[in-house]
Amino acid sequence: MDNPRRADIIQVDNVDKKFGDFLALGDTNLRVKEGEFVCLIGPSGCGKSTLLRIIAGFELASDGVTIVGQKEVAGPGPDRGMVFQDYGLFPWLTVRANIGFGPHARGVPRAQITEIVDRFVELVGLARFADAYPHQLSGGMKQRVAIARVLANDARVVLMDEPFGALDAMTREHLQTELLELWERTGLTIIFVTHAIEEAILLADRVVAMQPGPGRIVSDTRIDLPRPRDVASPEFNDLRRRLSAELHG
Amino acid sequence: MRRLFLALILPVLLLIGWWLATRGSAYSLIPPPYDVAVAMVDLAVGGINDDAFSGTLLTHLLASVGRVYGAFLLAAVLALPLGLLIGRLTLASELLDPMFQMLRPVPVTAWLPLSMIVFGLGPRSAFFLVALGAFYPILVNTIFGVRSVEPRLFEAAAMLGTRPAAMFPTVVLPASLPGIFTGLRLGLGFAWVVIVVGEMTGVQTGLGAMIMDARQLSRTEIVICGMIVIGAAGYLSDRVVLLLGKRLLRWSPQHG
Repeated sequence: MDNPRRADIIQVDNVDKKFGDFLALGDTNLRVKEGEFVCLIGPSGCGKSTLLRIIAGFELASDGVTIVGQKEVAGPGPDRGMVFQDYGLFPWLTVRANIGFGPHARGVPRAQITEIVDRFVELVGLARFADAYPHQLSGGMKQRVAIARVLANDARVVLMDEPFGALDAMTREHLQTELLELWERTGLTIIFVTHAIEEAILLADRVVAMQPGPGRIVSDTRIDLPRPRDVASPEFNDLRRRLSAELHG
Repeated sequence: MRRLFLALILPVLLLIGWWLATRGSAYSLIPPPYDVAVAMVDLAVGGINDDAFSGTLLTHLLASVGRVYGAFLLAAVLALPLGLLIGRLTLASELLDPMFQMLRPVPVTAWLPLSMIVFGLGPRSAFFLVALGAFYPILVNTIFGVRSVEPRLFEAAAMLGTRPAAMFPTVVLPASLPGIFTGLRLGLGFAWVVIVVGEMTGVQTGLGAMIMDARQLSRTEIVICGMIVIGAAGYLSDRVVLLLGKRLLRWSPQHG
């Protein structure tokens, strides 16, 4: 996994974020290589969501530089797709139209949008619900739509803010497996925020642990376990214990 | 079937109570249901009393329907853009909102004298008053609809590549449709509520005008007929709007 020839697609250099007098994120550095799956983990208030939102361009850093794909981040853009915990689907659009929203906004020709939408509806297994509205879908299905719509928009980087936090355990496991399959197939770069240690170890190439007061990165652990990972294996448990100690110690 | 039955219980009880209360006395200030029914038939098709009211119902009804919908449309044409503007632009909100909030509690009845001075006796005054009644519910709910768009949806649209200028048509407008729809529905309802006041301005036809005439002639059974027709017309027009809403807002769990 650690291929030194691959370039950094995300580069966060000395980034601070203040909300008024409150330092939410202090002097933070992070590099992510193309195709890497990175989990940001930590207790609430550690700045993991703030860091993600800075990379997304929803928040501008008070100081420092954020570069994604050679370009300094100045605002949100379609190269960085975001998956929210509360889905953020457009309730007035069907599944198809939600997935086609991005291509449509970027002026992709209609015929091509239809083709893209068909492909991604199929990819996330929602062909039967293609014409349903979000309020008719379960949480898991909504999150599949949310993932499909950023993939359909050719996002190179997918930013996920506790995407499975609102789902029940069974659905979460399904979606974790599906996400890994998608990631392996597409070679996307994913930054995934979670507060669940097990989820981070299950998914990530690297687990970046953060602590509050001020929000900062305290460790960066490479997970070399082969996939699919066995959550009951001794290696998995070792990592879990170590990360847990880092976060709670 | 069950719903129809439940909905009919109270009106039927009311009818029985009304009948019991007016039965027997030779001269009651409130006419018994049967007299009202006869008056209604005469009002609709004539041939019973052969007086000034006979067979005039359709004329009055059409005059009021035209006034209600015309004034409602005028109110919507003014209130929708204003509401979108006030809801979306801080400057428009600071400039306009305080004035409208102050004018809003002034009842339509209080506007009646001024309206008659400005617009004169007759249909223009009536039109203005009905439009005024429909205006505020549309305005207030449109503002509310625009302001209650979830911020998350702006983020979602932005990260999918929506330019700031395109936010309004692609996010703000569709997201505020339920609020706008509620405003239109209430506005049309209010137009029916104020039609009688509106038609106190000396217009010749209209259900309100008919009620005012009947009142002066102590023809209470005609007054009640007018009330019943206004209620039924308002109810039907609300049903139509609701059906439209169900079609247009299929996506909204509150409407679909």
